[in-house]
Amino acid sequence: MAINLFKFSSPATFYPVAGKLIPAFYGLAAILTVIGLYLSFFVAPTDATQGEVYRIIFIHVPAAWMSMFIYLMMAAWAGLGLILNTRLSSMMAQALAPTGAMFTFVALITGAFWGKPAWGTWWDWDARMTSELILLFLYIGYMSLTAAIDDVRRADKAGAILALVGAVNVPIIYFSVKWWNTLHQGASVSLIRAPSMAKTMLLGMLIMALAAWMYTIAVALSRARLIMLEREKNSAWVQDVLEKKS
Amino acid sequence: MNWGSWSNFFAMGGRGFYVWGAYLITLICIVAELGLLARHKRTLRQRLTQMLRLNKQS
Repeated sequence: MAINLFKFSSPATFYPVAGKLIPAFYGLAAILTVIGLYLSFFVAPTDATQGEVYRIIFIHVPAAWMSMFIYLMMAAWAGLGLILNTRLSSMMAQALAPTGAMFTFVALITGAFWGKPAWGTWWDWDARMTSELILLFLYIGYMSLTAAIDDVRRADKAGAILALVGAVNVPIIYFSVKWWNTLHQGASVSLIRAPSMAKTMLLGMLIMALAAWMYTIAVALSRARLIMLEREKNSAWVQDVLEKKS
Repeated sequence: MNWGSWSNFFAMGGRGFYVWGAYLITLICIVAELGLLARHKRTLRQRLTQMLRLNKQS
């Protein structure tokens, strides 16, 4: 089945399609969260060295993964908007930023709540933590910059450049535990070798990560719809949408 | 994983404060994001419908 993607890249087509998809993604996110939490608290065993406190991993790792994935998606959409000048791409980039910032904050704060009992400190200027904090500043910088410029197209362009330059930080975060031998432990899950954790622990973590994905898609689509209404408020399709609702 | 009792479950091996603290803050963040999004949606719709009405009058 051939789908014309350019048709969906028009806000007038995208708006109603996204509106229909959003409840499904919220529903999937809720179901996966329930399953993930059940596995995390009632199936996954006690960790041999860390005891129960390791259960923070089920939000910490998915949140940290999302913080990096969302940044890369945001930079990719922003870059696409910069090159192709497509309206929807830049809107998607802006729609992703607040959720990415939220997950970065969650990764940092859950890390602190884990670091205190495990390492005896809430915070350390370790390579992983510092680069993750920089990621939070990049998100905040991107949001502030795009919000500060009135001309939408210029705001998109400036934001895209910031997002693309900042993308260099993502591999730094990911490999920081290899490149610098500081406090944060290495990866427990890797594509090239067997994970160093119990299967049920891994499964719980992956399902929580999937739930975070579904949540991100739902929230980003909702936010993209609002950005569309705002930006295209003078066009006929937005007036149709408003008249139907009011 | 068998906790034996609910109090054992909430104690999290004596690390309840850290485990539940982390989960609670995450929950607050998600609820805050959804709340802000809902508020944004409401105010934007109000503003745009008002604008539409004014445009029609003129």
